[in-house]
Amino acid sequence: MSNTEIEIVVDDPTAPEADSPDVASIRVVDVAVSLLLLALAATLGFDNWRTGIAWDSTGPQAGYFPFYLSVILAGASLYGLVAAFLSRKEAAESFVTRAQLRRVLLVFVPTLLFCLATQFLGLYVASFCLIAGFMRLVGRIALWKSLLTAFVFTAIMFVTFDIAFDVIMPKGPLEAALGR
Amino acid sequence: MEAFGLLMHGFAVLLTWKTLALMMVGLVLGIFVGVLPGLGGPNGVAILLPLTFTMDPTSAIVMLSCIYWGALFGGAITSILFNIPGEAWSVATTFDGYPMAQQGRAAEALTAAFTSSFIGSLVAVLLITFLAPMISSFALKFGPPEFFSVYLLTFCSFVGLGREAKHKTVISMSLGLLLAGIGMDTVSGQLRMTFGTSELLRGVNFLVAVIGLFGISEILLTMEERLALRGHAAGISLRVVLRVWMDLPKYWVTLLRSSFIGCWLGITPGGAIAASFMGYNLAKRFSRDPESFGKGRIEGVFAPETAAHASGTAALLPMLALGIPGSGTAAILLGGLMVWGLNPGPLLFVEHKDFVWGLIASMYLGNVVGLVLVLTTVPVFASILRVPFAAVAPMIVVSCAIGAYAIQNAMFDIWMMLGFGVVGYVFKKIGISLAPFTLALVLGNRAEDAFRLSMIGAGGDLKVFWSNGLVGSITTLAIVLLFWPVIDKAFGSVGRLMRPAKAPG
Repeated sequence: MSNTEIEIVVDDPTAPEADSPDVASIRVVDVAVSLLLLALAATLGFDNWRTGIAWDSTGPQAGYFPFYLSVILAGASLYGLVAAFLSRKEAAESFVTRAQLRRVLLVFVPTLLFCLATQFLGLYVASFCLIAGFMRLVGRIALWKSLLTAFVFTAIMFVTFDIAFDVIMPKGPLEAALGR
Repeated sequence: MEAFGLLMHGFAVLLTWKTLALMMVGLVLGIFVGVLPGLGGPNGVAILLPLTFTMDPTSAIVMLSCIYWGALFGGAITSILFNIPGEAWSVATTFDGYPMAQQGRAAEALTAAFTSSFIGSLVAVLLITFLAPMISSFALKFGPPEFFSVYLLTFCSFVGLGREAKHKTVISMSLGLLLAGIGMDTVSGQLRMTFGTSELLRGVNFLVAVIGLFGISEILLTMEERLALRGHAAGISLRVVLRVWMDLPKYWVTLLRSSFIGCWLGITPGGAIAASFMGYNLAKRFSRDPESFGKGRIEGVFAPETAAHASGTAALLPMLALGIPGSGTAAILLGGLMVWGLNPGPLLFVEHKDFVWGLIASMYLGNVVGLVLVLTTVPVFASILRVPFAAVAPMIVVSCAIGAYAIQNAMFDIWMMLGFGVVGYVFKKIGISLAPFTLALVLGNRAEDAFRLSMIGAGGDLKVFWSNGLVGSITTLAIVLLFWPVIDKAFGSVGRLMRPAKAPG
């Protein structure tokens, strides 16, 4: 037995409460997903039918294979729709509670903003903002630690990709001002 | 013996300072992603793949496969010390591993896990060494109908043998196949499913989808749950390691049985999850004291870890020999091979001997180095879990975005990655497995090409898939596997009817 055993405890101050109300059941989401897949199958099926699902001198036309896949997808989605309506278990199971959804949005919204910022500010500036902002606002970590971590990580990424591996990332006005 | 000679050649290719350094980097990165909650083998390989784009294929695949070995080793650390299975296949390890840690035997449990991982992988690598060249030389005789029937067999076995609801596997697979078809048709050059969008002309890149489906969705899922970790820190002493190793011969039946189960389920698409549970259940069933399982028995760590790692490694066999990945991670590695212009399958063994045997040699060396590395650095990696998730999550998001962008230098791919992240999150929560989707996305174009070439050759007659004994057997087996649940049920009912009724009283 090792004598270096100590307990590690990392508490999460923003953990979701256990009694939070449900936002949606698995059944509701399953039905919605089945309907969306059905619509997707219809759209892709129609597009492939237009491309051509018959045979010509070169064999099956370009839409042949994907058209029948659309039919299979539509069939499985329809089955899923009926199964979701009939399932009692799915109706009782929670897809996400309000507290869980809040936490998911806490990471999804900044990621969405990061993608948007990458388009206009470049990847490195957007990365710095995302890491520093997320650590400070969501993790409630000290400002200096957040800024330092963001700076060090972004710098490592820049050196690794842009300099060492020559993988050029999207740049924005700051990099342009610095001549990159 | 020919395989042995080629393997030695592989070691010669591998034993350069540069490749060995990359191997170490890969292993450390792998253990890192294995330990971090919300990441694992496939996610780590997908996110770190762009790092290897500028390398030569041998160095790149060595680094990627070492990330994979490292992640497999790292997963055991969280399972045993924190009762958090980093991957589904680590669940069975927690049954006895965590109780051992609670009893102050964490070091023993970790040594058992790492050693059995090593043994499982070693058995599978031996299998790959001697079987892959035979399978690939056999597969050289394959034509388009044979290849399509093998693809069909893979798809059908996923549907028939998978544990998920069948219609959900069909949805996942057909969606993957459809997305693989977006863009320019490889045969006629016609545009399909692009709806006039220039961004879709390139099609849906498999890696962009995988980074979103695995990387981003895992962040969303991990964030959703409580992340208060309570576990044990452990340092492993040489005395404990030697004691566990001295006890190994006592468990040779368990190790051998689990290795066999793992190899079998790795080659067929049963997967590491099924292998680990089967390994554990059989060890318990054949034990003289099954009641002691779940209470901190070392055999309960040996069995699932050996099976899971044998399975994870054996999944590379069909990928190398036939170009058909046996697992999600193997599918990502296969995508990587395609990025470097290599065509996985039987010809790989003929055209790129250095690459194939360098990779196989790296499997041996990576496992040995990985074992030593994890045994000596457990406290360092276990302490990674002290880093708050609020610092780790945005770094993973940035790594994912860099990975998605680097593949085709397209901003649209970053948006697509985000979209796939949401899809992955929803699919995982409603029980639509992502493994068939990944597999279909990788194999879609190849399967379609094989189908169309077969049909052109046969003038549109579907009988081409039964035109000779080989293709006919594979196609029939595919159909049997597709309807396996129905067949199994029917046999069960017949068996019950045939059994003589018990005499009353």
